[in-house]
Formats: sequence, structure tokens, C-alpha cells
Amino acid sequence: MGKKLSHNQRVNRWGYIFLIPFLLVFIIFQLIPLASTIYNSFFENYMSGLNHIGPKFIGFANFQKLLSGHELLQYTGNTMIMWVLGFVPQIIVSLLLAAWFTDPSLRLKGQRFFKTVIYLPNLIMAAAFAMLFFTLFADTGPINSILQSIGIISKPYQFMSHAGSVRGLVALMNFLMWFGNTTILLMAGMMGIDTSLFEAAEVDGATANQIFWKITLPLLKPIFIYVLITSLIGGLQMFDVPQILTNGTGDPVRSSMTLIMWLNKHLYSRNYGMAGALSVLLLIITGILSLIVFKATASNEVDE
Amino acid sequence: MDNSDSKLDFDDLGAPKKSTASVTVRRIIAYVVLILLTILCLIWFYILFINATRSNGDLSRGFRAYPSDRLFVNLNNIFHGSLPVVRGMINSLIVAGLTALLTTYFSTMTAYAIHAFRFKGRKAIFVFILAIMMIPTQVSALGFQQLCYSWGLENSFIPLIVPSIASAVVFFYMKQYMDSNLPHELLEAARIDGAGEIRIFNTIVIPLMKPAIAVQAIFAFVGSWNNYFIPSLILHKDEMKTLPILIAQLRAADYLKFDMGQVYAMIAFSIFPVIIVYLLLSRYIVGGVTAGSVKG
Repeated sequence: MGKKLSHNQRVNRWGYIFLIPFLLVFIIFQLIPLASTIYNSFFENYMSGLNHIGPKFIGFANFQKLLSGHELLQYTGNTMIMWVLGFVPQIIVSLLLAAWFTDPSLRLKGQRFFKTVIYLPNLIMAAAFAMLFFTLFADTGPINSILQSIGIISKPYQFMSHAGSVRGLVALMNFLMWFGNTTILLMAGMMGIDTSLFEAAEVDGATANQIFWKITLPLLKPIFIYVLITSLIGGLQMFDVPQILTNGTGDPVRSSMTLIMWLNKHLYSRNYGMAGALSVLLLIITGILSLIVFKATASNEVDE
Repeated sequence: MDNSDSKLDFDDLGAPKKSTASVTVRRIIAYVVLILLTILCLIWFYILFINATRSNGDLSRGFRAYPSDRLFVNLNNIFHGSLPVVRGMINSLIVAGLTALLTTYFSTMTAYAIHAFRFKGRKAIFVFILAIMMIPTQVSALGFQQLCYSWGLENSFIPLIVPSIASAVVFFYMKQYMDSNLPHELLEAARIDGAGEIRIFNTIVIPLMKPAIAVQAIFAFVGSWNNYFIPSLILHKDEMKTLPILIAQLRAADYLKFDMGQVYAMIAFSIFPVIIVYLLLSRYIVGGVTAGSVKG
């Protein structure tokens, strides 16, 4: 670019100096903890009552225990079910809204207002939002009171005692917190599409539906992959909402216990071996998923 | 009348009248769905507000759609209750404020290093930072907790604030912003004038980056304000706890048996400040969502 070669390494040496804070903090607070987490995963190290067992090197035994137990499968299943229940309506509604907001023939008014409102739940403290839902959907809470007074149910529905309703509430909260964000991301993608494509299609007599399915959607594929995978990575980290909603129990019968809630349980009971193994497994899964995002979106940023 | 309305009867491309009916129908459907979603987004906070203004006895008689007059009584009660709520809010403000400050300043610095200088390993470091962007903090939480405990940083704000200096996400946003807003020629000119590199950064780069810094400061503040997982592993002393930890404590205490007016007031106390700030700044926030993640 417009860079003169008169400055040489003496100026460019400052690049390293300006990188020092990032690298130092990264090494201390991310790299070392990550390495020690992986290290922990190879040791037997837990509390049995008041007795501290280990640390003793046991190779891959923690991983064996992790992968052979039924909990991993169950909690992965819980996490994925709640994620899918939230993500499917999220992507459908977001696609619809993004298509409407960017459709010039619709000329929707009040877009700023609607965008502001649908993005709002994303900024709410998840812990407080979950606590709010817990009180609203309590047996004696306002939702039951409303449902009873309009005659839908005759006695309070115990939302917190049924697997379906607890998972449904978690999914509803996740949907509310993320569909605005997804809408805005998809809109950015749609506005990036060359409008002459739409014009050409309209001249050829394509309907709004055809344009959406045949032009908009295929061109949105990269951003769609980005939204899908980042949401999946976020879904794997699901914690605050089910943790607060169920007070960390994941009840009824652990049907809403997520992987990170389980990790949190291990950390609190000082079961470091298993916590380490679970962390490494999550790291590998998110690593693979990140690689997909990286390939799909970020790789072209580097070459300039 | 035909003339004045003709602009509405034809869409921008002058499509035949046949399609205007369908456009009207689609527009009505869009508005109905948008209004329903608006209600779905806001109703929870409306009920929260109503209930935070009511007394416990009043609440036990069921839901009512209009507010009462007990809001300040309820707030006063939580300020003098068993949970250190005011202390929690001050703690949250300190942690979130310093996090926003450090993460924006140092991420700008990191982005500046990659943007303005050509040194060996530059590209490798850039790729590396992008690659670690998606790694969640949870997977290293075990090692992080152990490190903090062994360095005596349990019940300290340092592990909640300082790590934000190395934020790949904020870095990426700043780098993108620099690509289109920080011309190399400007830096050259400053160097010819004899300004030192640190001075150039503080007096030229930082002011030019103000819009990006503002957006990222808001996101960093909110993210830190809402953060529950890591703070709950580090902060165990009552006087150090942040608001999300107090909310979790409220949930664990099975407060349903206690004064519900206070419970609602407590939740409102953690949610409404963010809503008010958001409504004031929403223009920047909604605009800032996309810029960092995907290029349009």
C-alpha cells in the first residue's frame, strides 16, 4: 500500500512492543490455565468426603471414565435438545425478519424501533432473566395466575417439575436472547448481496418467494454457516440460564443439566481430574467447530 | 387522488398492479408478526415492573395489569436486607467499568501493532489471535481457578478485569475498524513530524478510534456486568460479590417463601439500569453488532 520503505525495522520493532500486553496477559491468564487444565485431566485428583485423593498420574483413565459413563451422553443430549429447541425458531424468525427488513418493496416503518426491541433481551443479565422466569412461572406466579383467570387451566401448572416445560423455558429464553442478534447478522449479509441480482430476477418475473429461496438463501450460505456454528459453540457453553432456573440441579431428574453445569459441579466438588477431562473434550469439540467458522469467514481477512 | 397515491400502488420497480395486493398482505403479516414479537420480548419486563411495585400480600392475590405504589418500599427493603445488594452493584460497576476501559485500550494497541507495523511473524500472530477467538473461557476455567487461588487472587477483582486485556474479539473489531479508518499516510506524517510511537498511539490513534472504542466499551461493560460463571468461581466473600452472584444466591435461598415484592425489586434492580442505558445508546449498539463479526 502507500507505505514508504524509508522506515525499516527500527520503526517496525514497535509492533512487537505494542503486542507485549496482549501476549503477556494471554500467556498468564489463558495459555497457562489451559495447559494446566489439560495437565489435570491426566491425574486422579478428587475429594472423597473430607479426604483428598491424589493427585496421581493415571494416563487416559479420566477420559475412559468420562466416555463410558452415561452422564456425558445424557448431559450432551440435554444441552443439544435445549439448543435445537431454541435455535430452530430463532433461525426461522430471524430469516423472516431479516428478509422483511431488507425488502425494499415492503417499506416497513418503525424498523429502528423493532430492531431496538428485538435486540434488547440479548443485553439482559442471563442470571437475572432466568431468575425472573423462575418467579414468573412459579406455581403461585403471575403466569399461572393469568392462565387460571382466563380459564386455560383450572389448577397451577408446575412448570419446574416437568422436563418438557423446563427445557421449553430454557429454549424460550435462549430464543428471546438471540433472535435479535441473528436477525441483525443476517440483515448485514442480505444487504451485502448485489441488488442488481434482485432487479434482474424481478424483471424476469420472479415472485418474492422465488427470489428469497433461489437467490437470497443460497447467497447467504457463508453467513448462515457462521450463525449456525457460532450458535452451536454458544449452545455448548449454555450455563447461566438453566443453572439459575433450576438452582444448579438440572432437575427434574437432571433433564436440564448441561455440560457446563456439570463442569461447574466438578469444580465445586474439587473433582479436578474429571473436570479436566471434560474441559479437554469441550476444547476439542469447540476447536473443530471454530475451525469450520474460521475456514468459512475469517481466512480471507488475513490476506490483504 | 389516483395521481397522489400512484406511488403507493406501484413498487419501486414499477411492477404491475397485480402484485400490490400481495405486497399489502405481506406488509400486514409482517407488522402483525413484528408486533407479536415485540410483545413477546417486552411482556416479561412489564410484569417484572408491575410486580416490583406491589407488596407481598398484594402479589399473593394473583396478577394485576397495573402498578401499585410499593416500588420504593420494596427497594428500600432490599437495600437493608440480608443480601449486600448496594455493595454488589458497586462491585459490578467497578469490574465492568475497568474491564471496558482496559479491553478497549489494549485491544486497540494490539490491533495497532498488527495494522501499522510490518514485522516478522506479524501474519502468524494475526492468524493465531483469530484462531483463539472462539475458544470459550469455560474450557480453561479449572486451570484459571487454580492459578488464581495459588496466587492469592481468590476474592480479588484482578482475575475478572486484567484478562480482558487479551480479548481476541475486541481486537478483531478494532483491526477491522482500522482497516477503513486509520490511513497509513497519517501515521507517516506524524512520524516525519518527529512524534514518538507511544505518543502517536495515545494522541492520534486513540482519538481516531473513539467511535469503535465507544461501541466495544458498551459491549464489554454489558458482558462483564452480566458475567456469572467465572466470577462465581473466584468471588466467595460477601463484600466482593457481583450482582449475578447475588441473584444466584437469591435463587438458592428459595426466596419464594419470603417477600416476593422484594424478590421482584431485586431482579428489577439488576435488569432495569441496563435497559435504560441501552435505550439511550441503542443506536450505537444495534449498529455495532455486525461490524466486528462479519463484513457486509
